[in-house]
Amino acid sequence: MNNLIAMPMMLPVLTAIILIFLRPYIKIQRTISLIVMIANIGISIYLLQLIQSNGILRLDFGGWEPPFGILFVADSFSVILVLTSSIVTAICLLYAFSSVEKSYEHMFFYSFINLLVAGVNGSFLTGDLFNLFVCFEIMLLASYILIAFGGKKGQLRESIKYVIINVISSWIFLVAIGYLYAVIGSLNLAHLSERIAEHGQTPIITVISIVFLTVFALKAGLFLYFWLPGSYSVPSTVVGALFGALLTKVGIYAMFRFFSLLFYHEPAITHTIIGVLAGLTLVGGSIGAVAYKDIRLVASYNVVIAVGFILVGLAVSTQSSLEGAVYYLVHDMIVKALLFLLVGTMIALTKETKLDQMSGLIRNYPLLGWMFFIVTLSLAGIPPLSGFIGKVLIGGGTLENGSYILLALAFISSIFVLYSLLRVFLSSFWGETIISKDEEIPMKKGLLIPCALLTIGSIALGLGAESLSVYIQDAAQVLVDPQLYIDAVLSSD
Amino acid sequence: METLVTILAGVLVTVATYLLLSKSLIRVVIGTAMLTHAAHLLIITVPGLKIGSVPILGEGDAGPVDALPQALILTSIVIGFAVTAVSLVLTYRTYQEIGTDKLDQLRGDQDE
Repeated sequence: MNNLIAMPMMLPVLTAIILIFLRPYIKIQRTISLIVMIANIGISIYLLQLIQSNGILRLDFGGWEPPFGILFVADSFSVILVLTSSIVTAICLLYAFSSVEKSYEHMFFYSFINLLVAGVNGSFLTGDLFNLFVCFEIMLLASYILIAFGGKKGQLRESIKYVIINVISSWIFLVAIGYLYAVIGSLNLAHLSERIAEHGQTPIITVISIVFLTVFALKAGLFLYFWLPGSYSVPSTVVGALFGALLTKVGIYAMFRFFSLLFYHEPAITHTIIGVLAGLTLVGGSIGAVAYKDIRLVASYNVVIAVGFILVGLAVSTQSSLEGAVYYLVHDMIVKALLFLLVGTMIALTKETKLDQMSGLIRNYPLLGWMFFIVTLSLAGIPPLSGFIGKVLIGGGTLENGSYILLALAFISSIFVLYSLLRVFLSSFWGETIISKDEEIPMKKGLLIPCALLTIGSIALGLGAESLSVYIQDAAQVLVDPQLYIDAVLSSD
Repeated sequence: METLVTILAGVLVTVATYLLLSKSLIRVVIGTAMLTHAAHLLIITVPGLKIGSVPILGEGDAGPVDALPQALILTSIVIGFAVTAVSLVLTYRTYQEIGTDKLDQLRGDQDE
C-alpha cells in the first residue's frame, strides 16, 4: 500500500483541472505543468528504488482487496515507462514554451497535455482491465483535441479519420472486455491470469485474446497502421512528438502485459500471429519510410518500423528478447520524440515540408544537423548510442528461438531506417546552401535546448546501459514469470 | 429474454455498420454512438439478465445480481457521451473549414 503509486496519474489530472481556472495566466500554467512533470520524474525514480527493495507495489483503492476492488500495480516495467514518459513530456513542454502559439496556450493547451499524460501513466499503472479501458479513453480524448489544435484544414481532415478509427477500436476493446468477463468472471489482471492458468487456455479464450490483439494492434499500429502516418504528421510539432513517443507505446505496453500475463499458454497460436504481424509491419513501415519525400511522413513511418521491431521481442518471448524490448521501448520513446522535434524544427525554420526543397541546412544550423545525424545513428542502432543494446538483445532472443526470418526482417528494417533518415540528412543538411545568412530565420535557444537534452538522453541511455540493466532485468523477469505479478497482487498484507 | 436482447444488440450493430459505411460524416458519428450502445447491451446481457435482486445488503430475498457490468456500462456511457460530443464538434468544424461533410471528399491532397 503506497499512495505514491497513484500520483503519476492523479497529479496531472488535478493539474489539468486547476489549469482550466488559470486560463489567462500563461506563465503560471507553464510553470505548474513543468513542475508536475518533474515531480513525476522524482516520484517514479523513488518508486523504482522502492520496487527494487520491496518487490512489486500495489495500491488498493478504498481498501477493497483484490480481486474485488480496483487497484494500481507498480512493477519495474510500468514504472520505467512512467519515468520515461515523464522525462519526454517534461522536455516536450520546454519545447512547447517557445514554439506553441499564444492562441493555443489560451485554449487550455497545457490542460490537455496533462490529461494526455494522465491517461498514459494510468494505462501503465492500472492492474485492472476496465481501468485500462478508461485510461485509454482519457488519453484518446485528450489526443482527439490535441491533434486538431490549430484547426487547419489538413488537421481537421486527418483528425476525423483518427477519431473514427479510435472509436471503433475502443468499441472492439469494450466487446472484448465483455466477452472475457463473461467467460472468466473477473476483470483484475492478476486474478484473470490465475483463473486462465487454472482452467487452461481454452480455444474460446484464445479467440478472445485475438480480439484483444486486434484492438491493441489498431492502437499501437501493429500491421493495422494505415491511419498512423496521416494523423501523426498533421499536428503541431510538440503534439506530434508526444504522439510519436507516447501513444503507440501504450498499445505496445498493453500487448506485452496481456500476452505475457494472461494469454501465454498458447504461444504457437498467439505469439506466431504477433510474429507474422510484426514482420509485415517491418516490411510495410520500411517501404513507407523510403517512399515519401515529406519528412513528417518519413518520421511517422519510422514509428511504424519501431512498433514492428519491439513486437518481434514479444513474439519470441525469451528472457533476453523481452529485456531488449523493454530497453528498446525506453530508447524509442526518447529518440522518437527527438526525431519529431527535429523534423518539426526543420519545417519551422525552412517553411518547407519536402526533403528535396531543403538543402545545405548544416551551414545555417550546424548543431541541428549534427543532432539529426546522431538520431539517425541512434535509430539505426550504432553503438554506443541507445538503440544498440535493445537491438542486440532482441536479435539474440530471435537466435535462441530460431526465428531467423524475423531476425532478418528486423535487421533489414534497421538498414531501411538508416537509409530513409540519411536520405533526409544528405538532401536537407548537405548540398548547396540555399538560405543566405541574412534570410535565415534565427534559431531560438528554446527550440535547441530541448532537442539537445533529448540527444544527451539518448547518448546517456547508451553509455549508462549497465546501470539501468538491474531495473530492466527486473522488468523482463516479471514478463517472463507472471507468477511474480500474481503473487504480489493477490497476496493479502 | 437474453436472446431478445442479444438480437437487439445485433440489430444495433447492423444499423451502426450501415451508418458507418455511409459517406455523410454526421451519420458516421451517429453510427459510432450506436455501436457503443450495442456493446453496452452485450456487457449487460452476457452475465445473465435479472437473475437476482438489488445488490444491497438486506434488500431482497434472492441473491444479488452482479453489479460489476452495470458499473462498467455507466462508466462507458459517460465516456461515449464525451466522445460523441467531441466528434460532433470536430465534424462541425470540419464542415465549416472544408465546406463538405462527405467522407470521399476528405482525402488528402493529390501530391501527398
